[in-house]
Amino acid sequence: MVREPVTLTERPDFHVIGEIIQPGSKVLDLGCGEGELLAWLVENKNVLARGVEISPAQVRKAIARGVSVYQGDIDEGLADYPDKAFDYVILSQTLQETRSPLQVLKEMLRVGRQAIISFPNFGHWTVRAAMLFTGQAPKTKLFPYNWYNSPNIHFLSINDFEDLCRENGFRIERRDFLAGARKVRLLPNLLGKTAVFLVG
Amino acid sequence: MIVEAKSAQFDTIALESGASLSPVEVAYETWGHLNAERSNAILITHAFTGDAHAAGISHENGRPGWWDNMIGPGKAFDTDRYFVICSNVLGGCQGTTGPGSINPATGRPYAMSFPVITIRDMVRLQKMLIDHIGIPMLLCVAGGSMGGMQALEWAVSYPEMVRCAIPLVTTWRHSAQQIAFNEVGRQAIMADPDWCGGDYYDKKPPARGLSVARMIGHITYMSDESMREKFGRKLRDKEKVGFDFGVDFEVESYLRYRGNQFVGRFDANSYLYITKAEDYFDLTNGTGRLVDAFQKDDAFTKVDTRFLIISFTSDWLYPSYQSQEIVRVLRRINGDVAYCDLQSNYGHDAFLVDIAEQSEIVRGFLDSTARIARAA
Repeated sequence: MVREPVTLTERPDFHVIGEIIQPGSKVLDLGCGEGELLAWLVENKNVLARGVEISPAQVRKAIARGVSVYQGDIDEGLADYPDKAFDYVILSQTLQETRSPLQVLKEMLRVGRQAIISFPNFGHWTVRAAMLFTGQAPKTKLFPYNWYNSPNIHFLSINDFEDLCRENGFRIERRDFLAGARKVRLLPNLLGKTAVFLVG
Repeated sequence: MIVEAKSAQFDTIALESGASLSPVEVAYETWGHLNAERSNAILITHAFTGDAHAAGISHENGRPGWWDNMIGPGKAFDTDRYFVICSNVLGGCQGTTGPGSINPATGRPYAMSFPVITIRDMVRLQKMLIDHIGIPMLLCVAGGSMGGMQALEWAVSYPEMVRCAIPLVTTWRHSAQQIAFNEVGRQAIMADPDWCGGDYYDKKPPARGLSVARMIGHITYMSDESMREKFGRKLRDKEKVGFDFGVDFEVESYLRYRGNQFVGRFDANSYLYITKAEDYFDLTNGTGRLVDAFQKDDAFTKVDTRFLIISFTSDWLYPSYQSQEIVRVLRRINGDVAYCDLQSNYGHDAFLVDIAEQSEIVRGFLDSTARIARAA
């Protein structure tokens, strides 16, 4: 069987996640889609990879890709794992889609030594501008959906996430802010499109 | 692809019940070639009424195998890459020792003097065959329904010999509903006067009872939706109902046909013994603690076998929750498990007929397992 080489070109946050993850570690990816990130981590970082995904079509593709993914719901799917079963638990671009984000974060830190969370920044200036000028639920490149068909059910900015971590005693060990592939250092909550946090 | 039936004989096999069988014969077929490292062997375990003829065209009778759409060159179980083996189960009637075999002590068929056998006994005989062929470790054990039970039993009984297991549409123990359907089948056979307490081998077989048992089985293998699509209320060769008890509906005709056809190829006593083995199946030996089954010695035993578990949404005989129970336990011990609940209308039979997505998954899973095996 001919396998295409795995690339991470489409998702800039994957690059940061790839930088963070130590070779040979145990990784669980929640909402792993078709398993692109896990397959890349297996090939390039020799990790032990597991994934959870709710969409059967994506689970199928992930398993066909060779990644051990099971079809299930993130909100309830973590309960079976023992404490600290993984070195990293990844939640990439999915926190805003979970029913109980705080519960998911707590569970991630129970089953993993560290959690990596990436999400689109609702504080980005384009979102603020869209809301200000249209007076309607913002529809931007970052949040391209209509309010009625959006998978996003919780909206959070970079500052919101940092507040949540502070209030719950989650230690932020690394933070990266991106606009496309470029890293943003100035005014991240205004200029960062995607945030990637490493939480311990 | 023409395949020939093969067979192996062993002096004796010790059974879970404490009884033993001497000698014991096992019928099997193989496809593809065992590589020099002996690392590409896949054992296919068949479902209740299956046999060793899983793929290709039979040299003896010209029939295609029961999983010919999954096994062959370029197929999910790719015989250009893998050496595939399938054997008829212990207690069967397609070449492996079963109740219809001659008891050497009496010179007559065992009939009901055949010892009650279990899924574990079936697997033990397969293990003897795999040792006999000279395979130190199987790349994969795969099967659906009762074949899935055998795949699970392999992973639990001989974990060091199973790199990956693919239990499809199966359970870790038979539920009350599953036992109930099997019991109705057994009662249909035993209520047939031709059954004669199992001693019918020199007379006519209990064809009516066996045929009714098969009809019930067929209903449980389909779904409401697949039956509606296939038959609806269509009448058989008539414009209106006959106001008698002949065949009115297509579905009646189909079930009768399937029942009669089955009588020609299956032994009623094998039906009794094999359904009993399914009903006794409980991977936990009655404790209900599935974690302990996979993790026998201590809490730190590493479970190395990879699992691919598949269920189908419309399967009500082996419902998805039974597969999910296994998945959850494997997750609890941090096992390597992939799971998908595939959408299908075909009911329990989906793993035999609705195979496009199943093939995609199995192919990728086997490929990645072979890659891991090479790296190890």
